[in-house]
Amino acid sequence: MRVDRRELYSGRLLLIVLMAVTIVPFVSMFTTALHPSGSVPQGLSWPSDPQWGNFITAFNTANMTTLMSSSVFIVLLTVPISLVISTMAGFAIGLLRIPGASWLLLLFVFGLTLPYEGIVTPLYYLERQMGILNGRLAIALPLTALYMPFAVYWMRAHFITMPPEISEAARVDGAGTWDLFWKIHVPLARPPIVSLGILMTVWTWNQFVLALVLVEDPNQRTAAGILAAFQGHYATDIPLLCAGSLLILLPTLIVFVAFQRQVIAALLQGSVKG
Amino acid sequence: MNAADGSMPETMIDRPDPQTDRQRQSRRALPSRKARREHLLGWLFVLPALAVYAVFVLLPLALTVWYSLFRWDGFNVPVWVGLANYENVLTDPDLLNTIFNAFRLIFFFSFIPVTLGLVVASVIRRSATGSLGNVARTVLFLPQVIPLVAAGIVWSVVLSLSGILNQSLTAIGLEGVTRAWLGDFDTALAAVGLIGTWVLLGLCTVLLLTGMTKIDPALYEAARIDGAGAIQEFRAITVPGLRQEIGVCVTVTVIAALRSFDIVYVTTGGGPGLATMVPGLDIYVLAFQARAVGVASALAVVLIILILVLILPIQYLSREKGA
Repeated sequence: MRVDRRELYSGRLLLIVLMAVTIVPFVSMFTTALHPSGSVPQGLSWPSDPQWGNFITAFNTANMTTLMSSSVFIVLLTVPISLVISTMAGFAIGLLRIPGASWLLLLFVFGLTLPYEGIVTPLYYLERQMGILNGRLAIALPLTALYMPFAVYWMRAHFITMPPEISEAARVDGAGTWDLFWKIHVPLARPPIVSLGILMTVWTWNQFVLALVLVEDPNQRTAAGILAAFQGHYATDIPLLCAGSLLILLPTLIVFVAFQRQVIAALLQGSVKG
Repeated sequence: MNAADGSMPETMIDRPDPQTDRQRQSRRALPSRKARREHLLGWLFVLPALAVYAVFVLLPLALTVWYSLFRWDGFNVPVWVGLANYENVLTDPDLLNTIFNAFRLIFFFSFIPVTLGLVVASVIRRSATGSLGNVARTVLFLPQVIPLVAAGIVWSVVLSLSGILNQSLTAIGLEGVTRAWLGDFDTALAAVGLIGTWVLLGLCTVLLLTGMTKIDPALYEAARIDGAGAIQEFRAITVPGLRQEIGVCVTVTVIAALRSFDIVYVTTGGGPGLATMVPGLDIYVLAFQARAVGVASALAVVLIILILVLILPIQYLSREKGA
């Protein structure tokens, strides 16, 4: 491509400026975290005496191990079940083409643009009646349900492209529907299932509204819900707030950098289909 | 072998021929016992997803509509008020302003990320095909993976009175404009909006960049031969070729603007005053702090409808003509 020098340099300058705007806030958080606890550090400045201990203080006072295992637990409660039931539904709608399949699809798709805030109030009263408020199920069950529109739509989009010959060959070999699903089609559907799993893990980890409303104890919330409680707790101690927030962000950042290609691909496909 | 015993279609299907489909349909028209069993089994596959969706999404949705017709504090007996809560939502200046704020956020959450994303994606395609472009992609995408709550905390530090923005402004001699950006009536909404821009720019850029790789390079070649510059090429080829991707970006970002909650909750809590109050947060405040469950539910219904009304035409426009 023929690109003149002025365009080349101004373009690259723009990219570098935008990258700086993305990165610098994190850097300033890091330098702030190293200032003495309780002080009000000025913007981006390296402290004369870096307080690495702030990270340990934040780790201990915030019960970091409990918090992290709580988030992991909610992910484990939500994502595998969501994957299994949405794959089954997508299989029935997209491949078995059961009668009423298009109505079912419409019913699920209807939920795609639904804002969580729109149903969180009745969810609160509903869960209070069911007696599951304030536990991890209080987040996991509605989250599983709220993933269904996207997840079913997503898996159906995969199954609808599967040539019928595959199923027919298996039928001839005497496979029932259950075997056809688990032994033939689930292995074939690995790529979309993996992407969906990544997406739902990120979404669950970052889920905030449900955690805030449905679970009072921050120790039983998702990572995002914990962060907000953290902010209330350390409102007056900016260095500790920064240290704690960075600790909570660390796992996400490590996972992103390690799996960036898969994560970006999954999130992209996610928004295209959503 | 006869049609009633149901084994006949099975045995015919194993020969892949162009008639297979019609035969399968005829099997559907004459449901044998086996086919009916099959359908039942198929429904059993959908059942778990449908059940959890019905109980935890459809039922609460119906309840939202139901609650919106009552005056209720969450404890005492609800009082039927008909459509009065809707009248309240659509006439009360504070509540209307809340809805307008959501529309103002569309400028920051949607318009800037999509237009800037188009520019950045073309820059990466034209001027940074090597490692700079790859690094830029990853870095700009970073805000998309962290919780929005974290983005809010990061930026409330940056935009605070002693934050890096004011520090930089002072350094270049602009002390006059420094302020607590998120606490000032004039700047709070824009500040919240720009956090949204920061989060969504990377997603739009990467999405549009992916779309650009699908545009036929011959088109660019032809434009070059015709002597088109970067701007003309951008307007004549890139933007029309990306209609579908732009549609996706606009859909995702408009929804993000209208249902914004996390960033506002963490940075301003809707303040100062109600300067940054948005419907999502107001539903929470009304239902759980002001104990006005009815009005909160009416606002929720209005928000749900608003999103549908805005998104459907965008979907229609980008799909129809893009095809």
